[in-house]
Amino acid sequence: MNAVTLTPPPVTAPAPVRGSFWSRYVFSTDHKVIALQYLFTGMAMGVLGGLMAYVFRMQLAYPGESVPGFGVVSPGKYNSLVTLHGTIMIFWMAMPILIAALGNYLIPLMIGCDDMVFPRLNRLSYQIFLLSAVVLLASLAVPGGGFGGAWTAYPPLSSRGIWNHTPLGAPLWLLAVALEIVAFLMGGINFITTLMNSRAPGMRMHDIPIVVWMIVVASVLFMGSVGPLVAGAVMMLMDQVAGTAFFDPARGGDPLLWQHLFWFFGHPEVYVVLLPALGVVAEIITVFARKKLFGYRTILYTTFTTAVLSFFVWAHHQFVAGIDPRMAHIFTITTLLISVPIAEMIFSFIATLYGGSITLELPMLWALGFLADFLLGGVTGIYLGSSGTDIYLHDTYFVLAHFHYTFVPIAVIAGFAAVYHWYPKMFGRHMNKTLGHLHFWGTVLPFNGIFIPLFLTGLAGDHRRIYSYALFKELARPELQQLRVFATICTVIMLLFQTPFFINFFYSMFRGAKAADNPWRATTLEWATATPPPHGNFPHEIAVYRGPYEYSVPGRPVDFWPQHEPA
Amino acid sequence: MSVHAATLDHESLACRRCASGIPAGRLALWWVVTSEIVIFGGLLASYLLFRLRHVSWGEEAAHTNTLAGATNTLVLLTSSLFAVLAHRCATQGDGRGASRFLRFTIALGGVFLIVKALEYTGEIHHGYTLLRGTFWSFYYVATGLHALHVVAGMIAMAVVSVGAGRGRQLQRVELVGIYWHFVDVVWIFLFPLFYIAK
Repeated sequence: MNAVTLTPPPVTAPAPVRGSFWSRYVFSTDHKVIALQYLFTGMAMGVLGGLMAYVFRMQLAYPGESVPGFGVVSPGKYNSLVTLHGTIMIFWMAMPILIAALGNYLIPLMIGCDDMVFPRLNRLSYQIFLLSAVVLLASLAVPGGGFGGAWTAYPPLSSRGIWNHTPLGAPLWLLAVALEIVAFLMGGINFITTLMNSRAPGMRMHDIPIVVWMIVVASVLFMGSVGPLVAGAVMMLMDQVAGTAFFDPARGGDPLLWQHLFWFFGHPEVYVVLLPALGVVAEIITVFARKKLFGYRTILYTTFTTAVLSFFVWAHHQFVAGIDPRMAHIFTITTLLISVPIAEMIFSFIATLYGGSITLELPMLWALGFLADFLLGGVTGIYLGSSGTDIYLHDTYFVLAHFHYTFVPIAVIAGFAAVYHWYPKMFGRHMNKTLGHLHFWGTVLPFNGIFIPLFLTGLAGDHRRIYSYALFKELARPELQQLRVFATICTVIMLLFQTPFFINFFYSMFRGAKAADNPWRATTLEWATATPPPHGNFPHEIAVYRGPYEYSVPGRPVDFWPQHEPA
Repeated sequence: MSVHAATLDHESLACRRCASGIPAGRLALWWVVTSEIVIFGGLLASYLLFRLRHVSWGEEAAHTNTLAGATNTLVLLTSSLFAVLAHRCATQGDGRGASRFLRFTIALGGVFLIVKALEYTGEIHHGYTLLRGTFWSFYYVATGLHALHVVAGMIAMAVVSVGAGRGRQLQRVELVGIYWHFVDVVWIFLFPLFYIAK
């Protein structure tokens, strides 16, 4: 088992670049190409999800008026926009970018390997993912329009076409989500197997970079939690198309069952995307603080603890759904418990920063932005995890602002941190710093501008799923409407400030300053090869001699000691 | 282990390495089984929670065909025996033998589906359809999902047996066997829950 042999590795020449555009970029089995496919698809879907937010925020700020570029938002369209926004941002933006793109790109490189164990399975997983995105977008064009039952798809509304008025949109939505789950199960099995089997000689358990651990633990978590949702989706599909009554209380079914099946997956899913984001932040903080990661093993074991605990918190989404109050107590306790390991990780990151030689390069800015904003998301979660306060705050904009304060730092801020950090490796060029700063401040400030007002409107009683507040006298007060308008303006600003990013991203790909093989002077293995890495990654088999975060080791001539350098 | 030792020249570094000591294919297959366990687990847990609250479902369950279910249990267990024999042939390097036993397994999978089809026909003729009640919805969805897995396993075994007959990719015989055992074990749960418990 796991024998460490450090004999000189055989030289394997990298395969020369050949083949047509199609075989190199579209049907490639190279993990880096597949990672970029996931990244581009995720970014495109993210833009789409953002534009949907623009449309329904405009409707909330200026109810009934024509939205520039879209037109008048009918109640049905509003519902389907809100639903698709949530679904896209979780399944088609956060997951492909944080898990699939980063996992595919980083796992083989960071463990010193040439590819995934199953490259063709990997390609198939992307193709199924792409198909799922197409099905989802196609569901917007069918008669009746896209599904409008929110991303949680609670029955009985979601389970019958005569109730949700989207007899075709609802099953297509379900099909798209199912295909996406299949794609990520395939990808996850590939990640886990690759990490378990294909590490470079000498790489022991505690030499694996944290971000790789986090992505793989997230994949295990996804695999362990998504099954009941798949079962639930089968039942839901039968309810929708065959007329069964699994979730119809009038005919012997139980709508609460879906809530359990959904959130048994849905809450671990939060950690499925959170863990890779924390991993990204851990990598970036050590590189730009030039310090060893504080408490590697503590962070690792905390990750496992979080993963296990996350299976026992789901019913905090159902405190007002009529569950037994004694049960609510138990889930309050587990929910508050899970903030302990997460807080502990954040403290470890802060301890890593403490006394470090910090440089505020672009990735570091985003990583610090993540810590600051995610903290607010975590702290507001305490109110919602306690069943007493949750009964008041449930389904208000307070909840919405809370989970956007977790998901936006996770998927957007940490996602950008990762892109800025690994961009030089991916494309061999640096991104422009001025545009990067513009993008950072133009994203983080308006983000807070959107959701701080929404905490306030939520506390004032704004229910989440309302099409027009003009219809509710006590909520249509000008002081509340001004907050909504402010949030909407900030949404528009935040979206506009993504333009510098896309200009920067595509311009730098061709015209940016050339990047060295190891521009950040980092220690992990992806920096030990050419930039961008050729097919096959490393010119010869690489061996590992030490842990991933040996920065500023006393007595060394330089302040970083790469994992692959013999002692 | 001998079948796994044969590595090909064009195999990637990722495939040549084996840090866990378990061949990648077997490892991945166990993860597939894990993900399937939670799918059936979710479905059966939902069924059990309903069942505990609805005493009347015992009477509904009395109308399932226990004889057909028992026959199918026997058929599937026997088919698993052939899967094991195929694996034994494969470990001894006997691809043709492995292929033959896999074909027996596929045939028994076919018998299972025929019995299942006759059983469904009888039930539907007696009015116990998908829409009769939630018990029957669960019955058809759970056994139907299981039958889909039987079909998938038969297709996989057909592909593997063709290769094994030509002496290629003998390690796949074990993998498809693991999957088939899993399908078998799911049935071992379905049979008492839907047929025996009244």
